[in-house]
Amino acid sequence: MHTNQKPILEVKSLSKNFGGLRALNDVDMYILPKEIVALIGPNGAGKTTFFNCVTGIYIPTEGEVWAGREGQELKQLNGVAPHEITRFGLARTFQNIRLFSSMTVLENVMVGRHTRTHSGILNAIFRGPAFKKEEQDTVDRAYDLLKEVGLEKHWKEEACNLPYGAQRRLEIARALATEPFLLFLDEPAAGMNPQETVELKELVLDLRERFNLSILLIEHDMGMVMSLSDRIYVMEYGSRIAYGTPDEIRHNPQVIRAYLGESEDA
Amino acid sequence: MFTAKRLIRSFLISIWFMILVFPIVGIKIVKRAPEFFCSRVLIIGAITFVLAVLWSWYFEVYKDKGPSNGAFSRGYQKLSVFWQTIVDDKRTALKLILILFIAFMILPVFTSMYQTTVYSLAFLYVMLALGLNIIVGIAGQLVLGYAAFYAVGAYTYALLNQYLGLGFWVCLPIAGFITVIAGILLAFPVLRLRGDYLAIVTLGFGEIVRLLLINWANFTGGNRGIANIPRPGLFGIELSTEATTIYVYYLCLFAAIITIVIVARLVNSRVGLALQALREDEIASEAMGIDLRKIKLSAFALGSCWAGFAGVLFAARNSYINPTSFTFMDSAMILSMVVLGGMGSIVGVTLAALVLTLMPEYLRAFSEYRMLIFGLLMVTMMVFRPQGIIPPAKRKYYPTALQNEEKN
Repeated sequence: MHTNQKPILEVKSLSKNFGGLRALNDVDMYILPKEIVALIGPNGAGKTTFFNCVTGIYIPTEGEVWAGREGQELKQLNGVAPHEITRFGLARTFQNIRLFSSMTVLENVMVGRHTRTHSGILNAIFRGPAFKKEEQDTVDRAYDLLKEVGLEKHWKEEACNLPYGAQRRLEIARALATEPFLLFLDEPAAGMNPQETVELKELVLDLRERFNLSILLIEHDMGMVMSLSDRIYVMEYGSRIAYGTPDEIRHNPQVIRAYLGESEDA
Repeated sequence: MFTAKRLIRSFLISIWFMILVFPIVGIKIVKRAPEFFCSRVLIIGAITFVLAVLWSWYFEVYKDKGPSNGAFSRGYQKLSVFWQTIVDDKRTALKLILILFIAFMILPVFTSMYQTTVYSLAFLYVMLALGLNIIVGIAGQLVLGYAAFYAVGAYTYALLNQYLGLGFWVCLPIAGFITVIAGILLAFPVLRLRGDYLAIVTLGFGEIVRLLLINWANFTGGNRGIANIPRPGLFGIELSTEATTIYVYYLCLFAAIITIVIVARLVNSRVGLALQALREDEIASEAMGIDLRKIKLSAFALGSCWAGFAGVLFAARNSYINPTSFTFMDSAMILSMVVLGGMGSIVGVTLAALVLTLMPEYLRAFSEYRMLIFGLLMVTMMVFRPQGIIPPAKRKYYPTALQNEEKN
């Protein structure tokens, strides 16, 4: 691990209360450039809440979120609106797929280009050369991204007609269209068969290289987590109970207890 | 065809229907005493019974054989194939548009003055329906008080003319602007609402505007309305009543065409994609970097301005307005044009607006049953074709990499 590198994401003692319920309790995390970090934990441990706090959907009760592209100053992101965070360079997928289902596959990815394009209402009405150029550019880049995730054959179809695994990949392509430096994947392998999971793993590794990405993923498929991640964070009841390399996590007694339960004589 | 189960079912349906219509058809108050007309109810019951048998028989026969059978669906399929060729082939589409355009251009020559005014009203409804289509059909925000924007446009012209003596052409952009402001003012408090809640708030907005117009009598004229609104000017030339009617007709026609062109261009643009994304999934579109507040405000602004323009034209066409032209019925009418035409479909909504405005005029004989026919039409549409007459056409974006092979 390159400990001399500056992190691109730093989360400091993040907490989130829902009324009297403390869903997140003092969670710290950092991610280095081009690192793949996994966030695991039993159901209801607060993983998705953590995602939502960092990507701006929830406003954290306490704590700080700092992020910035490699080689740039970090910027504080808590309290910033979700679309600003996306523009800043953090993109995400959703646990329960949230595609624009009655739009075509290509259009889904084109929507992802929204923050990186500028045509307004007047441009749309007059359709000048600049507008046309930007539109064609958007189409081409969206198509290229579909090629990256292997969906170029389906570009004309409606998103809801894609098979499940393809919908997951389309979500990734759509997130990539926003030109992120940090990609959040919320259970990308959920509902996939073993073959699809292997392909997804290769896709994630490939995308990291090609787009110079750091990736934070929530995942329940331990095989995928262990073989893919550089580091793993483990959460239980809203708190971080362990973090480290896959090997360290595998042998951490606290983690084993959280997942398997405590036997009486232990 | 006559299985026992079907007969029993149909019998129950007819009994239910007879109970339902009995208070309306079966009782008549003569000299303060009710008289009963059981024979009428029984006739209705018998008709319902026959229809119910036929209905369920038709479905059993044709559902099993799939959608390709049956005269109705065969005819429908031919129609959709024909439609697809028009959509796919730009030259056929252009020819069709040209024919329609010429037909509408020479229409006033052949029809009576009355017909001409009816058609200009139909074009106004095309504008209104397309404007609401932006908000409801494309951006997916259910608005039930759209007639309020129409009223704002019409009253802006009428009042500016009455108090400041401003003319039609000056008022047109001002009214558009003021309606956009009204749209944004409505949008601000409802930014967080969606679905039913949004519908209720906008319904309230529609009523507020109407009641304001009625009750602020010394400013707006109240129920009496505003009369003597000048017809639009043509470079200061004095026109006869007949010539003005035709002039207004062409204004409405061109306004409708401009609306169609601009709305079509908006839908197929970056903003249009963002609006559609908003309709599909708010959270996901936010995560894709779309500013929800900005895009919702744009939806309301873009949708309401057409109602403003249509309102000015309406005031100028009638030269008299009062609040009864802007009731909830009008909002509902415009909304049903959008729903019948196909949410988000420009061609469909235009067609539905024309049909729904012109149909009552040509079916004068049935004017008593107008709402009945209308209701029946809505129910049948929702059962057989919930996506509308013509579902929205998908614009085909061509990646450069595919352009050569696709076009060959």
